[in-house]
Formats: sequence, C-alpha cells, structure tokens
Amino acid sequence: MKTRRLTAIVALASLGALIALDLGWSKPLDPYKAPPLLALGSGQAASGAHCAALPH
Amino acid sequence: MTDQSVELAARRPFAAILPRGALIAAALLACLFVAATAGARYGLLLLLGVGFGVTLEGLRFGFAGPWRAMILRREPAGILAQLLSIGIVAVVAFPLLASHGAELSGAHAPVGFAMIGGAFVFGACMQIVLGCGSGTLVNAGSGNPVSLLALPFFILGSFFGASHLLWWTGLGSAPVVALGGTEGLVITLAGLVAVAALLLWLAAPGNRKIPRRMLWAAVLLAVLALGNLVVAGQPWGVVYGLGLWAAKGATALGVDLSGSSFWGAPGNAAQLGQSLLTDVTSLTNIGIIIGAFVVAAWRKGLSQGLPALPLRAWGATVVAGFLLGYSSRLAFGCNVGAFFSGISTGSLHGWVWFVAAFAGAFLGVRLRPMLGLEGR
Repeated sequence: MKTRRLTAIVALASLGALIALDLGWSKPLDPYKAPPLLALGSGQAASGAHCAALPH
Repeated sequence: MTDQSVELAARRPFAAILPRGALIAAALLACLFVAATAGARYGLLLLLGVGFGVTLEGLRFGFAGPWRAMILRREPAGILAQLLSIGIVAVVAFPLLASHGAELSGAHAPVGFAMIGGAFVFGACMQIVLGCGSGTLVNAGSGNPVSLLALPFFILGSFFGASHLLWWTGLGSAPVVALGGTEGLVITLAGLVAVAALLLWLAAPGNRKIPRRMLWAAVLLAVLALGNLVVAGQPWGVVYGLGLWAAKGATALGVDLSGSSFWGAPGNAAQLGQSLLTDVTSLTNIGIIIGAFVVAAWRKGLSQGLPALPLRAWGATVVAGFLLGYSSRLAFGCNVGAFFSGISTGSLHGWVWFVAAFAGAFLGVRLRPMLGLEGR
C-alpha cells in the first residue's frame, strides 16, 4: 500500500531540486553582503518583497 | 505510532530517538548552511519558517479547517484562536511600526474590485482542497497528496496572478487605508473582539471553549510572526515567494520577463537574479515544508495510506490549486499575507479579505463533496 512516506519524500526531493537548480541559476551567495541579522534597529529600510505590496 | 514501533522503542530506546534526533539535526543544519552561505538573517528566517511548520503541523492548527468547522458545525474555537493570534501580533506590531516605520513595514494594500473577488475565490478554493496558503505548504510537507498536487499549480497561479496584477487593480482600487498608532490598535482590537463575540453568539451550545493546543498554537504563531517582522522588516507572507519560484523557472527557461509590469519592476527584477535563499517569503515557505515534514515523520504519520480519490477530484485539485495562487495575488495575499498579517498590521484590506474569503468559503464547503474530495 502506498503511504504518505512516498508523497512527503517527493515533496522534499522537489524542494531540494528547486534549491539546487536555483543555486545554479542565480548570482553566487555572498554572506558578507547580507543585511544585518535583524531589520529592527538596523537603520535600513525593509527591502524584501511581500504579497501585499504593489510593484514600484 | 504502530504497535511494532512502540515495542521497538521500548526494547531499544535509541532506535526511536536516533531517527528523531537526526530529523531535528538535519533541519537545524539546513538553517546553519543558509546562515553560513547566504547570511545570518536568511538562516534565521529559514529557522522561523521551520518553526511555523512545526507549530502548524505539530499542534494541528490551520486556517481552512477551522473555517469549515464554523460553517458546518458552528465550532468557532479555531477561528477564535486565529483572532487571538492576530490580536497578540497587533499589540506588539502597532507600536513597533509606529516607532520604527523606516525599518519595518506592514502588510498594507488597497481594497479594490479584484482584491475582493480574489479573496472570495481564494476562500472557496481553500475549502475545496482544504488547504490555504500556509496549509498547502504544511500539508505537502506532511505528505498529503492533494496538497502536493495543488502546490505546483498554486505556484504557477501565483506567478500569472502577479503578472496580471496591475491590469486587475486598474479595474478599480481605493487608496490604501492603514490604521496606525494607539487609536489604530484600539480599533483593530475592538474589531477582533467584535468578530469573536459574533462567533461565540453563533456557536452551537457546548462549542464555546478553545482547546489548550489551539491556545498554544495561537501564541506560538504570534511569536513567530513577530519574529518574522523583527528579522525581515516585513510581516509573514506566503504567496509572493511561490510566484517568484515560477518566475525564476520561467527566466531560466529563457522567458524574458523584463516587459512584465510586475516581474520587470526594479525590486522584483533584482530578486529574479538573486537566490531564493535571500528571499524572505521563499525562506519561510521552505521552512514550513521542512517543519511539517519533521513533525509528520516524528509522529510516524507518514505511514498513513494515500486516499483513493476519483479523477474529478484530482482535476478539481489542479484547477483549485491554480486559482489559489492566481486569486491570492489579486487579493494582495492569502490567509497569511492578507488576513493574518494585514489585520495585525492595520490594513483595511485584511478585514475586507476576511469577509470576502469567508463568503467564498461557504461556496467551497458545498463544492468540495461535489468534486469528489470528501472521500478521505
């Protein structure tokens, strides 16, 4: 009998494949250019995109 | 846990502990990997996402199920817990947004025709597949085949919905209305109390208590959502990240999105070139799937059999999944970005979303059995 083990593994494997492909397509990661740990108190404006925001 | 595994755990305790320890270690290692390679903030956001997934799956808390329980059985406990969680976030978020407006932003969006229609369709579809924005991720991570099938179409829908967003908002939108400060907080809390009172009044006799697990879930979700706000500078969201996954895939396949009014906009175009591991909502989405998987595996829930559903149920899942993504973009968010984060940061669109989506949920609850999705 097929169980959720199969579908959960498909979900995780798909996620892993997505991340692996993305790392290949995207600009290399650079932790030294990362923003401060917390936005609060950083003095920087929030730069992430959100579903409630219209494009500027 | 099966009898066999209980017996095994009793005889060899390490045999049961080791796989569970390995699950937690793997999730933490993934967060550390992201922190080391992308930056500490991104690792922390992934960790927050895992926390969302663990909380939602571990405490069996969600959005679609409680709405269904209220509609079908007049059980308001789950929605009351949602309102409590939103209220806790609001109490902290309103002062933070007022004092750190340059660093933090709320989930503020305009109310419009497409926004209301989008919320209605989302409410209907989330009842058809019994999975909202966060719920589809949680369910996919815990091996629910309906959500696993819905998710890629949710992603595609979110991409196309974002691509057409400005056309839809051009049909008519009011200016953004966002409550703020002490007055805004009082109005928001009064609104939450009023809805809670209405739900309690409508509740069936004996259905007016909130189970302890839901109270825990409400508090934990609020803490994690506030963590998201403090770390990312923006509230918890889901659907932007999903659309971005498809947009990046399209770009990789050679599709030129520079002419898109949405994906060609400077902020989004820049994000298309960056890794998903630097996108706030992508990281929390990934974390939710991982967290839900960890809990499902921990509980031995993955041994549950898959349902035998008719073909029309799978077809309905594909269509509903696509519409979940498309409509949530038009509605400026799903149950998380619009309802939870919108209301808790003072946006009027969050309240309008709630009313429209709840109306849609009545339709969805009736459509679900007709589409063959009740056979689970």
